[in-house]
Amino acid sequence: MEIKNFVWRALLLCMALLTALPILAVFAYVFVPSAEVWEHLAATVLSDYLLNTLYLSLGVGIGVLLLGVPLAWLCSMCEFPGRAWFEWLLLLPLAMPAYIIAYTYTGMLDFAGPVQTSLRELTGWGYGDYWFPNIRSLTGAILMLALVLFPYVYLLARAAFLEQSICVLEVSRTLGCNQWQSFFRVALPLARPAIITGLSLALMETLADFGTVQYFGVTTFTTGIFRTWYGLGDHAAASQLAALLMSFVFILLLLEQASRRRARYYHSSSKYAQIKRIPLKAWQAWWAVFFCSLTLLLGFIVPVTQLTSWSIANWRTQIDSSFLTLIQHSLGLAMAAAVFALILALILGYGKRLSPSPLVSLAARLASMGYAIPGTVIAIGVLIPFAWLDTQLNYLSQSLFNSKLGLLFSGSLFILLFAYNVRFLAVSLQTVEAGLGKIKPTLDNAGRSLGLSPSAVLWKLHMPLMKGSLLTAILLVFVDVLKELPATLILRPFNFNTLAVRTYELASDERLAEAGLPALMIVATGIIPVILLSRSISRSRAGGSL
Amino acid sequence: MLKKLALTLALLSAPLAAFAEGEVNVYSSRQEQLIKPILDKFTAASGIKVNLVSGKDDALIERLKLEGENSPADILITADAGRLSRAKDLGLSQTVESEILKTSIPENLRDPENQWFGLTYRARPIFYVKEKIKPEDLSTYADLADPKWKGKICVRSSDNIYNQSILASMIASQGAEAATKWAEGLVQNFARPPEGGDRDQLKAAAAGLCDLAISNTYYYGQMLAGEAAEDKAAAEKVAIFWPDQGDQGRGTHINVSGATVTKAAKNKENAVKLLEYLVGDEAQAWYAEHNQEYPVKTTVPASSLLKGWGDFKADSINLSELGKHNAEAVKIMDTVGWK
Repeated sequence: MEIKNFVWRALLLCMALLTALPILAVFAYVFVPSAEVWEHLAATVLSDYLLNTLYLSLGVGIGVLLLGVPLAWLCSMCEFPGRAWFEWLLLLPLAMPAYIIAYTYTGMLDFAGPVQTSLRELTGWGYGDYWFPNIRSLTGAILMLALVLFPYVYLLARAAFLEQSICVLEVSRTLGCNQWQSFFRVALPLARPAIITGLSLALMETLADFGTVQYFGVTTFTTGIFRTWYGLGDHAAASQLAALLMSFVFILLLLEQASRRRARYYHSSSKYAQIKRIPLKAWQAWWAVFFCSLTLLLGFIVPVTQLTSWSIANWRTQIDSSFLTLIQHSLGLAMAAAVFALILALILGYGKRLSPSPLVSLAARLASMGYAIPGTVIAIGVLIPFAWLDTQLNYLSQSLFNSKLGLLFSGSLFILLFAYNVRFLAVSLQTVEAGLGKIKPTLDNAGRSLGLSPSAVLWKLHMPLMKGSLLTAILLVFVDVLKELPATLILRPFNFNTLAVRTYELASDERLAEAGLPALMIVATGIIPVILLSRSISRSRAGGSL
Repeated sequence: MLKKLALTLALLSAPLAAFAEGEVNVYSSRQEQLIKPILDKFTAASGIKVNLVSGKDDALIERLKLEGENSPADILITADAGRLSRAKDLGLSQTVESEILKTSIPENLRDPENQWFGLTYRARPIFYVKEKIKPEDLSTYADLADPKWKGKICVRSSDNIYNQSILASMIASQGAEAATKWAEGLVQNFARPPEGGDRDQLKAAAAGLCDLAISNTYYYGQMLAGEAAEDKAAAEKVAIFWPDQGDQGRGTHINVSGATVTKAAKNKENAVKLLEYLVGDEAQAWYAEHNQEYPVKTTVPASSLLKGWGDFKADSINLSELGKHNAEAVKIMDTVGWK
């Protein structure tokens, strides 16, 4: 039995190391001296990078909590008109890439856009005569990111609320808590790991975001890395900036882990019953409806309307024979990457459960850091080892068989799928770990004492029990890959385009309106898994209608 | 599950098709929609198949560098000269001896050692709001740093390569000190902190936010020739001023989109054929018409729209200078606070 555990552990460490390879490749530059460029950065722009990144993370963090947690509570524990609809509609912003929502709001609210232009026409004001919030600003970037990232918190918090044993809440009520007290004193603390997981996903996305901040001209660490790498041409200093960013993330992850070390969050009772939702009174109900619709409107309906109107104006130039291929490529890549990420996450998550040790959890943390790292950095980090490997292989085959193999790894879709895994493993791993965390360890013991091997415990007991979490993991990665841009752009093979690439190319050429249709297609394709996701979570409600 | 596996396998095997004999593999930072049609025409005319990856210039150069001698790419196409000379400095390109390329492309628009070649060029002049500014009040780029333009100029962020190139050309012709002074003065005259792209600067000027804007010519051309009515209306409110003209002037800043044959090229012969096709009359005319850029081949006329803007004297500096001074330009921009 010990040997089997050991095999799992070795497998886990290998997997983690492989995934961490690109990150380590970037870290390797840390020891290359680049004092002169650092002096220049420190004297000019470094404080901007630091402060803007800090404000951005703080702002987005507060924003996603203020939106995600109350919405999750309202939709899972309260009853008000339209609740059943909002429950899944509120997930839709997840399908909206941050850079695309930024394009749409800029198109609308810019000085030369329709809103300000008609305001000037109505009032006769000119530039400087009136105050109008500038969307291309730090605040604008915070708003855009919070509007599309809050569903992470909403999703995980709602799942946590729904899965909570009714007994705990009943007990809290019999002990004299009123409905709101039982929320703040019982349900919320119990859901904390899920909420923090959602928050850390949102924050990592924020740190890795390049498209939005660059479009808005907000200088953050991410834009700084690019500028140093390409503009100043100093790879060492750029990698050192990236390494600094990664260190922040690493500390963040360790803190998150430490915060829940002391407590365990298993369901201690298996008595589940349909939770009676709190019916909201008239004015409360209207506030709930207003809050839900406003979020939905700003995070989804308004940008989609803008995209649709752009698409209608330009569909003729965009729909051609290659458009269908774009959709196929996007879907195929996203599906393949999601399945790979799930398999890897199961191995890592379960291996960690089998033999918890500081080394193992460090390896798992390291492997999931990729989520906070800009796609371009990952792409380069992936290219470095695999291009090296390809060179060696070609060298070998040249000397042995006098023929070249070509770029087996770095020239094929393999490297792209690998990069997606490095980038998005955190998503599937955290979801799988959260799923496993809710299964009592006594179940493992029971399974093992009845003669099941560790893999059989995973296959026969855990996987059926956490079907919901597995599906969530697949769908989240699917949507993320669908939206992913920088790594796809750099690593894809010849004659292979995706919807995100098409959108970016048009938008970067400042043809926003023409980018509307491919952007709309990304959103539309992303909606399907999001709806599936929502339905599976509703069904997972403990004691819910079977 | 089987279906997924089959799909994955199909996806993985897709790229292997790109290694067939005689085909030309292109890395292009010119986006797919602006290059694919002309590559297809080449294939139709010559029977040579072309495979394409589009992406950002810097990233493609990085990929080329890491792939080394095994890189499948035969040709690298970028949208500015600075990147081409960077590829050359990194030892990623090779010399091409072709009479057709030499005679079709003016000397300052190609590499002195014939390692890269300009395919189209674009200017980065000053645009002024017709209602507010008389063209007589404008003269040179240097004049834009004059305090009289305080709060009147719109320019995009210094992250953009076109701005880095214009400052690099300033460093090359007048030295770092003068360039720093100029950038300092220019930043003082900004109407707002830089935001948006070139089109956004023109739109902001048209909407009254500033009087002058700096933009590449093809953005202006595309706004005028495009389908969006509000873009067209905005573009019609501004006009081009060609700075630094006259006998003493060094000419308006220009840049090229261009191409280089990679050092790792497996199909040099066909790659050169493709380059020669791209400076041929048909391809040059297609670019002029579709992207509102100037053909490098002097015998091919610009589009009627571009002709309407009049002739101008272009800066005759060899564009390979832009790559040399790029890092210094970025440092200056950081120092003077050009965001």
